[in-house]
Amino acid sequence: MTAPATGPALSLRGAGMSFGDRVLWSGLDLELQPGEFLAVLGPNGAGKSTLLKAVLGQQPLSAGDLLIGGRPPARGRAQVGYVPQQKSMDAATPLRARDLVALGIDGHRFGLRRRSPAEKQRIADALEAVGATAYADAPIGLLSGGEQQRVRIAQALATDPTLLLCDEPLLSLDLRSQRAVADMIDRRRHEHGTAVVFVTHEINPVLDLVDRVLYVAGGQHRIGPPGEVLTSETLSDLYRTPVDVLNVRGRIVVVGTPDEPGGCHHHDLTPESAGRPAAQSAGGAA
Amino acid sequence: MDRLFDYADYGALLGLVHNSLIAAALLGVVGGLVGVFVQVRDMQFAVHGISELSFAGAAAALLLGGSVALGSVVGSLVAAALIGWLGIRARDRNSVIGVLMPFGLGLGVLFLSLYEGRAANKFGLLTGQIVAVDTVRLGWLVGVSIVVLIGMALIWRPLMFISADPEVAGARGLPAGLLSIGFTMLLGLAVSLAVQVVGALLVLSLLVTPAAAAFRVTASPVLAPLLSTVFAVVSAVGGILLALGGSIPISPFVTTISFTIYVVCRVISVRRQRRGWGQRLPGVPASATPAAASIA
Repeated sequence: MTAPATGPALSLRGAGMSFGDRVLWSGLDLELQPGEFLAVLGPNGAGKSTLLKAVLGQQPLSAGDLLIGGRPPARGRAQVGYVPQQKSMDAATPLRARDLVALGIDGHRFGLRRRSPAEKQRIADALEAVGATAYADAPIGLLSGGEQQRVRIAQALATDPTLLLCDEPLLSLDLRSQRAVADMIDRRRHEHGTAVVFVTHEINPVLDLVDRVLYVAGGQHRIGPPGEVLTSETLSDLYRTPVDVLNVRGRIVVVGTPDEPGGCHHHDLTPESAGRPAAQSAGGAA
Repeated sequence: MDRLFDYADYGALLGLVHNSLIAAALLGVVGGLVGVFVQVRDMQFAVHGISELSFAGAAAALLLGGSVALGSVVGSLVAAALIGWLGIRARDRNSVIGVLMPFGLGLGVLFLSLYEGRAANKFGLLTGQIVAVDTVRLGWLVGVSIVVLIGMALIWRPLMFISADPEVAGARGLPAGLLSIGFTMLLGLAVSLAVQVVGALLVLSLLVTPAAAAFRVTASPVLAPLLSTVFAVVSAVGGILLALGGSIPISPFVTTISFTIYVVCRVISVRRQRRGWGQRLPGVPASATPAAASIA
């Protein structure tokens, strides 16, 4: 384990984000310590991804302060890694898995350059760390969703970030890949003290890894350990309507959120999970 | 057939088209490299749209007695700027192109019908010509090619990043809009070169086909542009060498060679995918479902 950096990896003080009259969240206070795993939950449009944009320096806060390792956000910080949600890439993209990771290191630099042996080694190490060495030279468009996400994590970690932002990285992955990808992120934060902000619709695949939950809904938010935030009382208060949080064999199911016609928030939001509810529950019991 | 092929005085002819051969080779290099991003960014339609406006510019220059090369460059750049500015998103882009293209072609036809000079000049703008490259014009072509090649070298890696992986590239602070406009302008210059050699109608054979063929057989970011360039140079230079012996324009030869290369690459890729392209190293179990199926 590397020496933990001093001070919080990410701190927000009185942070607020609004577009005109519409307040996504306000008065957000958060100190994320090195190695901490924060899950960000909430319905669509609650401002989860906007929070990531603020940290990435793509969207300024409307109120308050945001510091990354003590410095204000800026575009293209190497200390911030980013893993987007899986989406199929064109099969004819002229990049191999190895090249995608390499772009994470120098893709933002203009002009021709040769990658140094040290950089090549870093790329190989990053692929090795996520178990992607076997398909390092396969075209990226021919990888499965799970394989692609592993490569993306290698890409995000190749710059050795102190803060890792994940935007729905498990979406549309099968259960085995979900577990593998979540474990990889978990191992990284334990071994290198990387703080993790994990935006997700579905808490269950990472429930046992999460230190704290930030739940955003209706312009309000709650932060705390999952056991405190994911309760009927807290969520009913947040949604201002009766919401039931059920614990079914170690899985958390939220019923009755007003913005979901089905009422079963964590499961019916995405078309992928709606299409195969049976597979979802089977995985949760395992 | 005799009218098509007559290679009796081939050596003497070769001396006459020496400039054209240099121009074609240059165009092959530029087209092959730019074509890589035409493919990755899905801009085949933009190539066609820009070439029609480039044609209009060249036709206007012909009518006004100006430089055809300059006219085609100006036409291309105007089209590229409009497409780059109005159509950063792919959907907008295609409708902008669909609107611009017939207008450009209409203008070009108007200018040509007003022009009273040699008919071969008119026809050449649409279907290409081999003899017309004099030293002044070659200077133009070389200059424009150098600008495009330097520009591509500068933006190559960030452009590949933002094209293949826009979210992460954006997170790393790359300006998507600027890169899009920058590349479209370089593409415009490349198209104007191609219009002068193969003609407006068949620009796609040098800016789209070679890269499309290369992508069938390699996913290496080094090998793909290299192969694409070789294919484009072979098509352009080969087209001229074949056209020398006959009286028909060079474009059918260029298009036939580039199409043949594409078909061969396609066959190779089908055979290769049957054997499992991108297969895992032996001894390591594949971690999830075979990918080709999920993408197809």
